[in-house]
Amino acid sequence: MNNISALFTLFVLAVFSANCFAEGKILATAGVSQIEGAGGGGIVPWAQIAGYATQESASISAACSRVTVKDFSLNTCGLQANFYDRIELSFAQQTFAVKPLSLNLKQSIIGAKIKLFGDFVYSDMPQVSLGIQNKQLKTPDIAMSLGAKKDSGIDVYLAASKLHLGFINGYNWLWNITARHTTSNQIGLLGFGGAHEKQKIQLEASTAILLTRHLALGVEYRQKPDNLNLAENHWQDIFIAWFPNKHFSLTLAYVDLGRIATIDKQTGWYLSTMWYL
Amino acid sequence: MKLVKPAVILLLLTLCSSCSVFTIGPSAASQSLYLAIGQQPVLEKIVDNLITIIGQDDVVFDHFAESNVSHFRKKLTIFLCHITDGPCQYTGDTMQDIHRGMQISANQFNHFVELFIEAMNISDIKYPLQNKLLARLAPLRKNIIKI
Repeated sequence: MNNISALFTLFVLAVFSANCFAEGKILATAGVSQIEGAGGGGIVPWAQIAGYATQESASISAACSRVTVKDFSLNTCGLQANFYDRIELSFAQQTFAVKPLSLNLKQSIIGAKIKLFGDFVYSDMPQVSLGIQNKQLKTPDIAMSLGAKKDSGIDVYLAASKLHLGFINGYNWLWNITARHTTSNQIGLLGFGGAHEKQKIQLEASTAILLTRHLALGVEYRQKPDNLNLAENHWQDIFIAWFPNKHFSLTLAYVDLGRIATIDKQTGWYLSTMWYL
Repeated sequence: MKLVKPAVILLLLTLCSSCSVFTIGPSAASQSLYLAIGQQPVLEKIVDNLITIIGQDDVVFDHFAESNVSHFRKKLTIFLCHITDGPCQYTGDTMQDIHRGMQISANQFNHFVELFIEAMNISDIKYPLQNKLLARLAPLRKNIIKI
């Protein structure tokens, strides 16, 4: 109960102590943190640099998320630093609970992202960024027994994001497309590589509508490789994100993770909170 | 894909239900933005509210301290009328001329955008119309900051 009351206190502080006219990006345009710790949507890294810093400032942010599907759950906590809205450094720790085996898999991810050109809101071109995620699986036994080749891997991605003001009936519309070079099995939780490694470039996409200044509704899609020949599925979700101010956001999603480690129909819920300083 | 389809339908329904005419794109409206917003009286209301807000703001007030308020009110109203396709022709100084030498930062610009949004909120401008007006103003940013 202590944890819950501490969390609640933090929540109340974050929501009500915040100055709505804090400097930086326009509300909600900072996006949230995705499950590997990078700035983005829920499962897809976007071109935005996490946090509200602009080209004249730096910022830090932290996020924790929980995905609960039928036979698994994934807890992630991460930190992001934004330097001049140009460079993002991130760190995330994941704990993946495999309920049928009563065991936890753990992974840590160090990420970096650099904005190459464009501006998410103001330029005609989309904002385009190049990112990297260095993943280390700390519990490799299951992965190796399923046929993974390595316990660490590096994902490299190129992301393009754009917000179109008033584009759909006056509502702001955003889209993001990410191409990722990866050998990760279930984002690395089941190791890296395998006997059936084929195409390594995977596509990911997100789109959302801002229903108000504070509320975004969207969908995401993420392709994944099937290196272990376990019929690993692509992921998708539908999310709603709430940005009461520039210091806090809350994202709720319904996720469909498909087949994980031979167990079908892994659907469930995703909840994420993010704090911005 | 079974989740994406209902999601897209849901998105479309949400948008359609808010308006009988469905438009996609920056300028596909049947009536001008000027008419939709409420013409001259509403534009004047936005500008008056903006002036009040600027007067109480620490971040941007210095940039306006030496401005002639009545001149600013008149010119900005005509500018907004012009940019929303109203029956006005803005013949004042260009955005570059007005802001040259002011060295406005990205933070200050964003802050001003938020003050402008607040002025629209107080003036009861509906959110989709706010976005449409902001979409017309956003391209001006490159002629305003850091010059």
